[in-house]
Amino acid sequence: MTGWIEKNRSILDFTLSSLLRRKGKNLSLFAVYTLVVFMLGSAMFLTQAMKREAALILKDAPEIVVQRLLGGRYDPIPLEYSEKIRAIRGVSTAGPRLWGYYYDPVIGANYTLMVPRTDAPPPEKIIIGSGVSRSRKAGQGDIFSFRGYDGDNRNFTVAGELSPESELVSADLILMAEADFRGLFGFPAGQATDIVVSVRNPKEVLTIARKVAELLPDTRPIVRDEMVRTYDSVFDWRGGIVVVLLMMALLAFVIFAWEKASGLSADEKREIGILKAIGWETSDVIAVKAYEGLLVSFFSFSAGLLAAYGHVFFFSAFLFVPALKGWSVLYPEYRITPFIDLYQVAVLFFLTVVPYTVATIIPSWRAAIIDPDSVMRS
Amino acid sequence: MIKLLNVRKGFNLGRPNEFIAVGGVTLAMEANRVTVLKGPSGSGKTTLLSLIGCMARPTSGRITLRRGLLAGGYFPGGADAPEVEVTSLPERFLTEVRRRTFGFIFQQFNLVKGITVLENVMLPAYPLGEAHGAVKKRAHALLEMFDLAGRAVAKVEWLSGGEAQRVAIARALMNDPPVIIADEPTAHLDSKLSVAFMEIIARLKEQGKTAVIASHDPLVFGAPMVDRVVAVRDGLIDGEGQ
Repeated sequence: MTGWIEKNRSILDFTLSSLLRRKGKNLSLFAVYTLVVFMLGSAMFLTQAMKREAALILKDAPEIVVQRLLGGRYDPIPLEYSEKIRAIRGVSTAGPRLWGYYYDPVIGANYTLMVPRTDAPPPEKIIIGSGVSRSRKAGQGDIFSFRGYDGDNRNFTVAGELSPESELVSADLILMAEADFRGLFGFPAGQATDIVVSVRNPKEVLTIARKVAELLPDTRPIVRDEMVRTYDSVFDWRGGIVVVLLMMALLAFVIFAWEKASGLSADEKREIGILKAIGWETSDVIAVKAYEGLLVSFFSFSAGLLAAYGHVFFFSAFLFVPALKGWSVLYPEYRITPFIDLYQVAVLFFLTVVPYTVATIIPSWRAAIIDPDSVMRS
Repeated sequence: MIKLLNVRKGFNLGRPNEFIAVGGVTLAMEANRVTVLKGPSGSGKTTLLSLIGCMARPTSGRITLRRGLLAGGYFPGGADAPEVEVTSLPERFLTEVRRRTFGFIFQQFNLVKGITVLENVMLPAYPLGEAHGAVKKRAHALLEMFDLAGRAVAKVEWLSGGEAQRVAIARALMNDPPVIIADEPTAHLDSKLSVAFMEIIARLKEQGKTAVIASHDPLVFGAPMVDRVVAVRDGLIDGEGQ
């Protein structure tokens, strides 16, 4: 055992000096390798963190949202529907919600206007999301002028801003009083955008949703799990686009690694011949190359992953944000809570370290099985 | 004793560029002697050395080594056999023979560039699994012996021809092999350094080592410590002299 340790220590020693001898080649490999891991790692960290963020926010979302359909399309829902829903056994609360979109031609973006169910702002006052605040450079006391359904402008004073903690889904939000909302959009009294329902026993959510659909056949109940799934697939899809692009980068990397790491130079082949001639076994030579591959891989992988972590969690993934976050013009801007999925890190490890190490070993093995007498003829 | 029995070595057999480098050599070399294989370029000297040193296998024929030449308590074929036929040994055993029985000095020195003199000398001992400290100590002792102690941390590419050769000799002696094999060792040395090299060979002979040298340099085959000169031409033995 001691002999095995000493032998590997000596071989590792030689490997380190070999790496230092070929500084140029190994540094360029390190740089490209790190870059690929950085990009793949960034996409992975960002997608995971956003899914988790969205899931955390949706945790407080209503268990069931009931919308009315007319001709298969969304239509305002009568307020008395909430009474009917509340009468279903197992429903604890059912209340109407008022919300809609407003296009602001000044910045070319859509706002989500909403009447909060509690603590609504006083008349002619609004509370704005941080995306709105940033893009309009507006703060408390500033006045927003919205053009109503009838063509008249209505002025609203900013009474406050929403907490940036929920920015991912509230960047474009504006909260206002019910009367202001109805007045601005001409939303008929006695109707709401949708109805939110809470259920006493979470296990009964699907049963209640089915009962709502039976009682009010012109409605569509949407349960929270469906919303969570929709968010998941939206972020998966966005992450997927980047991952597909990065797969191409990975492929380019594999070709590069194969070329750089596997193409043994004449000097390296000669060196392998010398080592074999002075009594090194084929397995010793392969061990040197495997250690070389593993060392380059390990340090590049670690550096790339650390850089990706910093990029996503300390610099808010500034390189990827336009492709990955939000569907509005008002991009959320906030620091993502660090979150690492070890399974994905392991996948990334096997996608990069293993192919690279194999790419370095095979040609060395080919060179190492030649007769050592070739060195006598060099 | 190293014995070659009707040894042949051909390259690219069965192809249009087939070439027979050694065409049936039978030769016995005594232990603790200096034998020089003398002959012009292309005569097959280097191929013969490769075959003797277990770096290549003959196409046909047999090579046997006296049991005592297999250093390090290594006994392929049973501990009692007086001789071991190395030509039929698997590659793993050949590596072991190369590592423990032979020390090679190449024509181009074949030192590994970019690492130090000390590391070059230590290289043959790495696969043995000896304690790093002990290997280092032995390498330093060898460098001392060849007056290279001051160059231990120098990169090999900074060395003069004479120094590089002495490093190559020190490397060849690292595992204390009983047989030294040298291929055209004076090809890149001036006369003074060539004489110095042969003096080192004389010292090694005094220590009980066997030397097999391929050379067409009169300073080598005419040196007083040489016991036997074997002339090689066209892959065959072409006479002998003492």
